[in-house]
Amino acid sequence: MSQYRVLPGPEHFLPPAAASMGIFLPNPGEAHINGVIVSEEKAYEEAARQFLMAKVPTIFPGPLVLWAWNEKAAKKATAIRHLYNTLKECVQPGQMAMLIPMPDYRPKYPKINPEVEINPNHPNLTIWHNKIDCCMFVGVHCHQANLSLKIIRGGTSCYTIAMCAQAGHEDAMLSFRDASVEKIMKLADTVKRLKGTVQPRQTSAKSGSSN
Amino acid sequence: MSKERIKISEDLYDIMPSDYQDLVKSATYGKEDRGWKDIGSSKELIEQHSLCAGCPESMAFRYILASLPNPEDTVMVGSTGCTSLVFPMVAVHNIHSLFGNQNAIASGLKRALSVRFPGRVKDVVVLAGDGATVDIGLDMTLQAWFRQEKFTTICFDNELYANTGGQESGLMQKGFVAKMAPVGKLFDKVRLPEIARESGCHYVVNCTVSKPSLVEKVIRNAVHIAREIGPTYLQLYTPCILEIGKNSMEGLQEMRDSEKPAERFAYKEYVSEPAKQLLAELAAKDKERKAAAKQLAGQA
Ligand SMILES: Cc1ncc(C[n+]2csc(CCOP(=O)(O)OP(=O)(O)O)c2C)c(N)n1
Ligand code: SF4
Ligand SMILES: [Mg+2]
Repeated sequence: MSQYRVLPGPEHFLPPAAASMGIFLPNPGEAHINGVIVSEEKAYEEAARQFLMAKVPTIFPGPLVLWAWNEKAAKKATAIRHLYNTLKECVQPGQMAMLIPMPDYRPKYPKINPEVEINPNHPNLTIWHNKIDCCMFVGVHCHQANLSLKIIRGGTSCYTIAMCAQAGHEDAMLSFRDASVEKIMKLADTVKRLKGTVQPRQTSAKSGSSN
Repeated sequence: MSKERIKISEDLYDIMPSDYQDLVKSATYGKEDRGWKDIGSSKELIEQHSLCAGCPESMAFRYILASLPNPEDTVMVGSTGCTSLVFPMVAVHNIHSLFGNQNAIASGLKRALSVRFPGRVKDVVVLAGDGATVDIGLDMTLQAWFRQEKFTTICFDNELYANTGGQESGLMQKGFVAKMAPVGKLFDKVRLPEIARESGCHYVVNCTVSKPSLVEKVIRNAVHIAREIGPTYLQLYTPCILEIGKNSMEGLQEMRDSEKPAERFAYKEYVSEPAKQLLAELAAKDKERKAAAKQLAGQA
């Protein structure tokens, strides 16, 4: 088994793809944390804990859920909104939950507005600007999510979670697979259940700034 | 039409940046007779651009994007150059190809789209600079025409390599001296419109982008003919004001000067026989549609 662990960065300018370091994806019913395969139950607990510990826990919904291209997408959007509302209710003063969209993947040039959106080609701008220290990708196509997760691991210390509708992401620090409305709702329930049991981080030393 | 597919999920609507909300609310996706007159009263399919202030390429982009007959089912293929700075801000699917490869990419794309979406109209439009079209990509440009690939090729002819600081291009005029071509061009401007005709293009136009109504007409014709018959080619003069030493507000006049009867961008058009027939059919249908609409309005 690989000794490599997928940990918050900044790792270095071009971090290796976790797959090339021997990290493999979970089977159905499983998840991974830092590249180690775990039960899905454990991943719900850890993801909720990371959200509740963060100063700026953030959800990044991507085009697959922002655009109502089918009924399922719209339902997932509703579940994501519920997760965000739950986070807002469960964080303590001094913490700030955010919901920032990734509307599409165009490498917007010369700039994006990092207050209102995230772009997969330079996601670090949004992370740095908002001092995001824990984020969850949902509804982002695999190749763009991989690119983005690697850039975040390379240049920031943000903890990354992937709520992936396919087979999961090695390049996230924690990844679910086969994301569904039920799974997003279950994560919201776990956040609610753990409310008050997790202490938020005191310092912003590892708050997502580059180094 | 397919505008129905372009909807934002209700529960996440409020977090979408306003440019996307505006696109959904008031862009002219799906509008049958969309055109340059929608500019100012609807959301344009270009958000902003990072071209030089007053660059005629930006005017050309605005008119073309307003005139594409089917933007929600169009894929544009670009290439490296000043045009590629604009595509990230364009709300039409687009692919950036390796410099010069645009017509090869578009050939594969058009074929793949017709296999993937049989029975649905999918337009492919290449938009690239003269360096990409005529020099480094000439092989790909011509081979696509020889093969009768059904897409439109648009060349933004600014008569040099603008994005890399002003090198000589095949479409540069004879004798022209540019910042990075100090000797002066030794041979004539390549006659690509004539070559396009001889290579099998069914519709070829050489003009400037000084008149939005004209750009609208040639874009619609080129896309419709490419859809039904075969390759089409538009060579549009979009002078690089930076390289020819003009001010921001002088681009329009430069185009007007260059389209006078004896000048190199005097309007030139070639339409093949099958394309003429198609245009006549489309015009008749359009007339019928307008008459029916008028009658309906009269009854109301
Ligand atoms: C394969 C390749 N060769 C060369 C270049 C360098 N290059 C970038 S833009 C450009 C010139 C573009 O000229 P043109 O197509 O006329 O577009 P313009 O910038 O004038 O609009 C060149 C040579 C490149 N990016 N890729
Ligand atoms: S360099 Fe020339 S072609 Fe390019 S943006 Fe500036 S004016 Fe336009
Ligand atoms: Mg050029």
